[in-house]
Amino acid sequence: MKKLLACSALAMMCVSGSVAGADEIKACLITKTDTNPFFVKMREGALAKSEELGVNLSTYAGKVDGDHETQVAAIETCIADGAKGILLTASDTSSITSAVAQARDAGLVVIALDTPLDPIDAADMTFATDNFVAGELIGAWAAATLGDDAANAKIAMLNIMVSQPTVGVLRNQGFMQGFGIDLGDPNKWGDEDDARIVGQDVTAGNEEGGRRAMENLLAIDPMINVVYTINEPAAAGAYEALKAIGRENDVLIVSVDGGCPGVANVKAGVIGGTSQQYPLLMASKGIEAIVAWAKDGTKPANTPGKDFFDTGVALITDHPVNDVESIDTDEGTSLCWG
Amino acid sequence: MSNSENFEAVASGAENEIASFDEDSKGLITRFHHALHTIPALVPLIVLVAAVVVFGVFLGPKFFSPFALTLILQQVQIVGIVAAAQSLVILTAGIDLSVGAIAVISSVVMGQFTFRYGLPVELSVACGLLFGTLIGMANGWLVAVMKLPPFIVTLGTWQIVLAANFLYSANETIRSQDIAAEAPLLQLLGSKLKLGGAVFTYGVIFLVILVLVLAYVLRHTAWGRHVYAVGDDPEAAELSGVNVKRTLISVYAVAGLICAFAGWALIGRIGSVSPTSGQLLNIESITAVVIGGISLFGGRGSILGTFFGALIVGVFTLGLRLAGADAQWTFLLIGVLIIAAVAVDQWIRKVAA
Repeated sequence: MKKLLACSALAMMCVSGSVAGADEIKACLITKTDTNPFFVKMREGALAKSEELGVNLSTYAGKVDGDHETQVAAIETCIADGAKGILLTASDTSSITSAVAQARDAGLVVIALDTPLDPIDAADMTFATDNFVAGELIGAWAAATLGDDAANAKIAMLNIMVSQPTVGVLRNQGFMQGFGIDLGDPNKWGDEDDARIVGQDVTAGNEEGGRRAMENLLAIDPMINVVYTINEPAAAGAYEALKAIGRENDVLIVSVDGGCPGVANVKAGVIGGTSQQYPLLMASKGIEAIVAWAKDGTKPANTPGKDFFDTGVALITDHPVNDVESIDTDEGTSLCWG
Repeated sequence: MSNSENFEAVASGAENEIASFDEDSKGLITRFHHALHTIPALVPLIVLVAAVVVFGVFLGPKFFSPFALTLILQQVQIVGIVAAAQSLVILTAGIDLSVGAIAVISSVVMGQFTFRYGLPVELSVACGLLFGTLIGMANGWLVAVMKLPPFIVTLGTWQIVLAANFLYSANETIRSQDIAAEAPLLQLLGSKLKLGGAVFTYGVIFLVILVLVLAYVLRHTAWGRHVYAVGDDPEAAELSGVNVKRTLISVYAVAGLICAFAGWALIGRIGSVSPTSGQLLNIESITAVVIGGISLFGGRGSILGTFFGALIVGVFTLGLRLAGADAQWTFLLIGVLIIAAVAVDQWIRKVAA
């Protein structure tokens, strides 16, 4: 059965290969899921750029966030398909490296989008938001907004999941850095001994998880007044929990992402400030890089001083503070995704 | 009746005690064992009370307050409602992996019908409830009439419904503020009642009433007894005149309806209509059912057990967080509880046989 499938897959490849023509560049985009608006936007950006440059793009996605198997199978399919390059947002950043090495050995350029691999140089290049800076911006903004009260803040940290993926750690630790909290080991959260941190919980990055985590931490200390959230859906959930005890107006919620509903929530005052990232730019830069690699073998270069290419991040808030650069919600809305 | 044919007379002279167990010599453990067997909700109730007491002793008023204890109810309301649906299905020796997906798509239907098509919100809610019921009915038809294994059927409908949910909603969230302004009925089950420090939402009250009604129906109505009979032995039930197909379809349909109510409660709880919510509801509901002592082989257990099972998970989650433990420990402990629950179930069955 397997043989039969392989044969028919081979036959199909020949057919599509001959139809596509010899000089067409093939590329793959592999995302964590195809449901998260962030990845939907990323796919749109990649498809638009592919069309513009005449690239034949195949897209793959895991079934759920954390679906490692499907991503490995997708890489194998891309190698077999003769693609020139792969754009990848990895679910499991360290386990995927062996499949990535296989692709690079086969002559493909592999570019990590949004999520750096572990180690980061396992991919040829990473196009990503500087998630640490994203966290730092909201941390610094929150501290500046509180002013002298920052010294007695009571902070809730709403993270992504217990496995502590890189992105979650970077945003969390960036926030603490920006707020002025001693990080301890910057590669993990939960080892800080600053008394201002009431607690850390996980949200799965959605509203239900955000609400539950916020309730748990409020039960520890109902007077929490600063809430860091991994993304805007979690922030919306946290807001509901605060509203339930009538404290939604005296708590500062900060977040990361810059999706359109999130920016709308900043405008409405639900979220104080959020760091916006740019998935469309990551994807279009990625396609350009694959084309460059296919034409003359050049690889993109790092942003000076970083080990990846920084696609930028901007703080969105309607209450700007000195020393922290920000844009307002109108500008944020025009740049938002999803 | 002539005397020569009165065979029963011999029996009347025989010793009555012949077939009884020697209860007294085995003492307390046997009696306890027997009680566990006759009242299946007893084990989870004991665990629940023990957990509350232990956390209460260690954490003091922080945990043992009306606020924290009713918070647990609020946190388990969605899982609890879905687990009630799951219990019905599991009592028929089936399983429903699509429960969470049905809940979410029902909430999306309620939201999108209101905001995309501009239907009156009452009608949208009714459509959402109907939609959930229809999916459940489809599950039931595939199981009862097509004779497909429930695990496979619902594994399929789970994926179909979830994908349909993402395609239809374009994964767009309807924001809490918009719903509050234009269609507050959608958030009805999130409305609060305060009694001192205790906070109850309509969703919590709905859950409690649902559990009590189902407990009554399962124990005291023909339909309820049929559900147990079908789960215990479908052939025997068929021979005793139970319409097995109709019972099965109705069970899955009711489960679908209950899940749709869970979807409604979900909007109340998170404020917004979010297509990415509730992804783990199927696993969490099965966890509650198993910890609640309902046998996965069907026909045994009680819906009250499921309710206690859901609460046990909630107590451990909040208690461990308050104790400052990392969230990973919660998952680990719940894993231990699941295995312990099944082990206890096996132990009880030993005497049953």
